[in-house]
Amino acid sequence: MSLDQTTVKRIATLARLKLSEDRMGPMQQDLNRILHFIDQLNEVDTSLVEAMEGTNVSSMPFRKDVITEENCVEKILANAPEVACNMFVVPKVVE
Amino acid sequence: MDNQYIYEGASGPWELVVGLEVHAQVISSAKLFSGAATTFGAEPNTQVSFVDAAMPGMLPVINKFCVEQAIKTGFGINAEINLVSIFDRKNYFYADLPAGYQISQYTRPIVGKGYLDIELEDGSVRRIGITRLHLEQDAGKSIHDQHPEKSYIDLNRSGVALMEIVSEPDLRSAEEAAAFVRKLRSIVRCLGTCDGNMDQGSMRIDVNISVRKAGEPFGTRAEIKNVNSIKFLTQAIHYEAERQIVILEEGGEILQETRLFDSARGTTRPMRSKEHAHDYRYFPDPDLPPLILDKAWVEELRKNLPELPDAKKSRFMQDYELSAYDASVLVAEMETASYFEEALKFLKPLNPKAAKLLANWLIGEVFGALNREDKTIEACPVTPPHLSGLINQIQEGIISGKIAKEVFSLMWESEKDAKTLIEEHGLKQVSDDSAILAVIDRVLSKNVTMVQEYKSGKDKLFGFFVGQVMKDMAGKANPELVNKLLKEKLG
Amino acid sequence: MTTPITKPALKNDLIRLTLAEAKEGLLKKKFSSLDLTKAYLESMESNRNLNAYILETPELALERAKESDKRLAKNEGGLLEGLPLGIKDLFSTEGIQTTAASHILEGFKPPYESTVTQNLQNAGAVFLGKTNMDEFAMGSTNMTSYFGSVINPWKRSDGKDLVPGGSSGGSAAAVAGGLALAATGTDTGGSIRQPAAFSGIVGLKPTYGRCSRWGIVAFASSLDQPGPMTRDVRDAALMLQVMAGHDPKDSTSASLEVPSFEKSLTQGVKGIRVGIPREYRLDGMDSDIVKLWENGAKWLQESGAEIIDVSLPHTKYSLPTYYVLAPAEASSNLARYDGVRYGLRVPGKTLDELYESTRSEGFGTEVQRRILIGTYVLSAGYYDAYYLKAQKVRRLIAQDFELAFQKVDVILAPTTPTPAFALDESPSDPVVMYLNDVLTVPANLAGLPGMSVPAGLSRDGLPLGLQLIGPAFDENVLFRAGSVLEEAAAFKSFLER
Repeated sequence: MSLDQTTVKRIATLARLKLSEDRMGPMQQDLNRILHFIDQLNEVDTSLVEAMEGTNVSSMPFRKDVITEENCVEKILANAPEVACNMFVVPKVVE
Repeated sequence: MDNQYIYEGASGPWELVVGLEVHAQVISSAKLFSGAATTFGAEPNTQVSFVDAAMPGMLPVINKFCVEQAIKTGFGINAEINLVSIFDRKNYFYADLPAGYQISQYTRPIVGKGYLDIELEDGSVRRIGITRLHLEQDAGKSIHDQHPEKSYIDLNRSGVALMEIVSEPDLRSAEEAAAFVRKLRSIVRCLGTCDGNMDQGSMRIDVNISVRKAGEPFGTRAEIKNVNSIKFLTQAIHYEAERQIVILEEGGEILQETRLFDSARGTTRPMRSKEHAHDYRYFPDPDLPPLILDKAWVEELRKNLPELPDAKKSRFMQDYELSAYDASVLVAEMETASYFEEALKFLKPLNPKAAKLLANWLIGEVFGALNREDKTIEACPVTPPHLSGLINQIQEGIISGKIAKEVFSLMWESEKDAKTLIEEHGLKQVSDDSAILAVIDRVLSKNVTMVQEYKSGKDKLFGFFVGQVMKDMAGKANPELVNKLLKEKLG
Repeated sequence: MTTPITKPALKNDLIRLTLAEAKEGLLKKKFSSLDLTKAYLESMESNRNLNAYILETPELALERAKESDKRLAKNEGGLLEGLPLGIKDLFSTEGIQTTAASHILEGFKPPYESTVTQNLQNAGAVFLGKTNMDEFAMGSTNMTSYFGSVINPWKRSDGKDLVPGGSSGGSAAAVAGGLALAATGTDTGGSIRQPAAFSGIVGLKPTYGRCSRWGIVAFASSLDQPGPMTRDVRDAALMLQVMAGHDPKDSTSASLEVPSFEKSLTQGVKGIRVGIPREYRLDGMDSDIVKLWENGAKWLQESGAEIIDVSLPHTKYSLPTYYVLAPAEASSNLARYDGVRYGLRVPGKTLDELYESTRSEGFGTEVQRRILIGTYVLSAGYYDAYYLKAQKVRRLIAQDFELAFQKVDVILAPTTPTPAFALDESPSDPVVMYLNDVLTVPANLAGLPGMSVPAGLSRDGLPLGLQLIGPAFDENVLFRAGSVLEEAAAFKSFLER
């Protein structure tokens, strides 16, 4: 499979990455090389194989319904680039 | 097809197709995947753990009680519980979604197919299919009214457990949709899995609506987001149905889009933030192994379920000979059913219809008075034992039904019991033959002509005599006795 | 032969000791933790050209060394009391900048400590600073770091600067060059083992779930595993003993007792069956590597092990599988870096503009490449063809190992197909670059423990590593075989030369 520029742009928008004109070409080429490499997987017959979830723990452990985290608003906000009224601030969002 | 399912358009009738996605906030102390609190209305960002703020390297661990709540709700909606389920990531960027993904369940939800039976006003019952119930995290809250160019983000709700309950597109009217939500709410409240409080956002509804000509395949649907009351649900469906019919009749096409309900105007509009085509890129969350439920635990939860509204309704119908309608009204709200059952404890079983009488009083007088004063049943000034006390007075023939209404008003005002008030106000029914006979004699002697007419065959006048006697005795005469004695007198 | 050009500042021999030797020295009061820590801080200062650290924390280190000395004086020392370590900058360290070598996290000070570094601190370890790495652990050269490349202390005969490998390149260079007594690393597709091989040290990737991932900046959650990078096999056992353990805060952490690792160091390999996977013999494999591998098999055999040919038929598909799954998970894991709650923010008029500007400036090219690939393979219409397919092939790869481990107790292979290469020889084609990981990735996909042991030199005098892969939760077999290889190879580390 091969990616055209429109697809690369769509993917970039989904991932919230901006690709300038000069970066678009090389990126498209790299992505296509990688995809071509990945396409080797088509050689493998997996029709009878179940997908692997990929951990050595077979079942999810539980936590108890207990409040373990007290108010730590200062720590939550300490690294934030912009804060007002103890909240994170972003450009206006229109719903 | 029943008429109420049909919208009349210029081109003839249209059928409405509605499916609901109800987001019900799980009652729990801590969040779905973190140990932060879930209390409503806390100061901004004071109930946020590092997990909820999606700090680097933070990992989710599931809250067992939230899982339990989902299982119980699954039983409540007559659904199968999946012993193995998977949590997936739903990826999208949004201001109040700190991780850039929501942990949800996509291909393998914890609860599979189920159904709800809804009762319609005409007493008929419709079975509405439920596709699934899954657990997921709530997002935070964006606040838009604090600054002209900025939005503020509060993550207190980020990570709170939600159950998303998805119906099949089986609903055919706004009324059915409303009945479905009411039924679901009564179930989750009965189970204690969600408080059903729509004003606080504990239950939020997304509505999928399309219209079609009868017999045709489903039309393109629009999704209306975040409808937060049953009234708005009805409004949104009516508005959206008409909007779509107008477009289709003018030869237009319905866009598959997400719309927002504007409660101030009663209209819907496209959501700006959903203009981008979405591609959520679901995949199993690699931080979470499969959720595997212990069969014995699930069975134990099932055994310990409280009595659900449908079971309660059947029991009321069977044990107390209530009509389907009365029973469903009594079980619709847990508090009403509790009031009824509490009152039953004080009711003397003097009459096979005693419980029926109690139900009538509760649905008629009590509900009427509560509605007039906009009170909930928990705040009812007439307590369950007092109401049964009143019914007992009727059953014992101490007062008539008519006088009882007067006594009820006094009880409502004074919060005193019926017996006391009957004595205080001298409302006791007269059951003394001679007293009644004296009045009968007086009435008959005053109306000689009418007595003649009666005797010559005008039977209808009997009621007139009864009325005159009752009136003379200020309604306190025992009506049965009046009837009996009058009959004897008039031969 | 090698001609080390940057000679480490050897004011004394303290920085040549192994972790175990330094521990013994402290217990016998031959020197203090403060002496040891100062020696390392001086070595770090005089070897800044290696760029092994993103952040040095000398004041903190000295303070902690003094505290350790007090505890040592009272014989209250922990297992790693007073021993100075380097910490890969992927581990969150409370109040201390943690960047994952990315501009997007520059200045970020976590309000929490990762479980593994907490375990190390509880055992008394002294942290020297945060070591350099490939950005978000994505790379095999350490050249994708926002904070610059790391230079391998080893030099080739042509004198060119070599890469230390990656992603844990800073940790590898620090341990090899005497800038840390030992270090932490993380391994998603070889990020501990490959730089260990390139730098002539021991690197151990434990079984997935053996060490907690809590507090470690995530790259690919189903593959990431922290582990030790040390001067010898014994040190790896010592470090792992402290790092490992069940963590209720990590749902993928195994709820198992941690066995004693040190005991197995002297158990030898008599009667152990060693598998030689034929598919690891790559077409045109460097003859130095082939020779090294043969030597390894011979040494184990001479020590009483039985050598058995095994087949891992899906080996060829490990890399393509990895380059679907790791980017897919990464694309989701890295969505949180959006300029809102921490790290870099590049302003924008709208929220989407802010996101795009922040992420485009904050992430380097390789990271963006992987985010894009990951986004693509998960996107509507491609999920089944790529992600789901890769998860199925992953199962086949894991099953290959399961079958092999019915016949053998441990697998022996080279760690890398080549020795360290020069910075300017680093391939520009990402796919060629990815081939570096061809021998290490399978263990990550199968969740198995793997260890690289330095075992010889290339014709250019550069270190080469042998890799041991064990069954899940059997790190002990790696320590047994690793000790035998180490002794037989009699490899001289950079510091010993």
